[in-house]
Amino acid sequence: MTMTKEEIFEQVRESLVDALGVDEDEVTADATLVGDLGAESIDFLDIVFKLEKSFGISIPREELSPEDILTSSQYVQNGLVTPGGMSELKKRMPWADLSKFEQNPRVQDFGNLLTVGDMCNYVATKI
Amino acid sequence: MRWFWVDRFTEFVSGSHARGVKNVALDQEVIDDYCMIYPYFPPTLIIEGIAQLGGILVAEHFEWEKRVVLAKIGDAMFHRPALPGDQLRYHVRLEGTQEHGARVSATSHIDGEPQAEIDLMFAFLEEGRFAEGSLFHPGDLAKMLRIMKLFDCGIGRDGQPLAVSEKI
Repeated sequence: MTMTKEEIFEQVRESLVDALGVDEDEVTADATLVGDLGAESIDFLDIVFKLEKSFGISIPREELSPEDILTSSQYVQNGLVTPGGMSELKKRMPWADLSKFEQNPRVQDFGNLLTVGDMCNYVATKI
Repeated sequence: MRWFWVDRFTEFVSGSHARGVKNVALDQEVIDDYCMIYPYFPPTLIIEGIAQLGGILVAEHFEWEKRVVLAKIGDAMFHRPALPGDQLRYHVRLEGTQEHGARVSATSHIDGEPQAEIDLMFAFLEEGRFAEGSLFHPGDLAKMLRIMKLFDCGIGRDGQPLAVSEKI
């Protein structure tokens, strides 16, 4: 399937509006799913289902939620992701912009990392 | 009050779909209390009935090993009220599964006419969340499903009649 960035964005936006009950104009590329759009943990499951259906793709949980890295004593020390952990996150999530998180990589902030733009980039790697 | 909002399973195909019926009767307390001047069956309990059908469809698909709970009501559109004397015919389809949940779509019909269209999402409770172990006392779920005639019509994943699992 060949889709333009704009087409992917429109389809992702539709899924997010549906899953989160937000207005279309709130769903901008740099809006964070949790902080700006109010997504709760249960919403992520809904978002995954909607994206899978909308794009005809399969989304394994570990690709969007690298819990194994974030709970590893090897990659997390004193609540901060280590340089080695950052390297693993970048490998796992090459589609996400981790530059801001990397400046102060507190695990507790990871949940509010993903933006709409990240989701579009992720979907683009799957279609 | 029994928290059974499906009277009977009429069709069940493992991993695919389930059908069931709910009869609406004027002697039901929920109808008296809901709207005294215009008795009708509360739409929320139609969602609950469909969630019971769908929840069983999901739980059986995962071999009764997940603690399945209704997590989110997606779309819910009601075309007409369900009145005393009506028989609601529910049809639930398993649309997708994930490691931590599942999605179903459903319809309700009265006399062949669409009554409601509902999408639901289920999540699986993690161990230790809210309660330990099964959400049911041993044997209670099997008893409920026998009353609802699930095993009279159910087809298992092997194409054979659905057996009563030891896990319920």
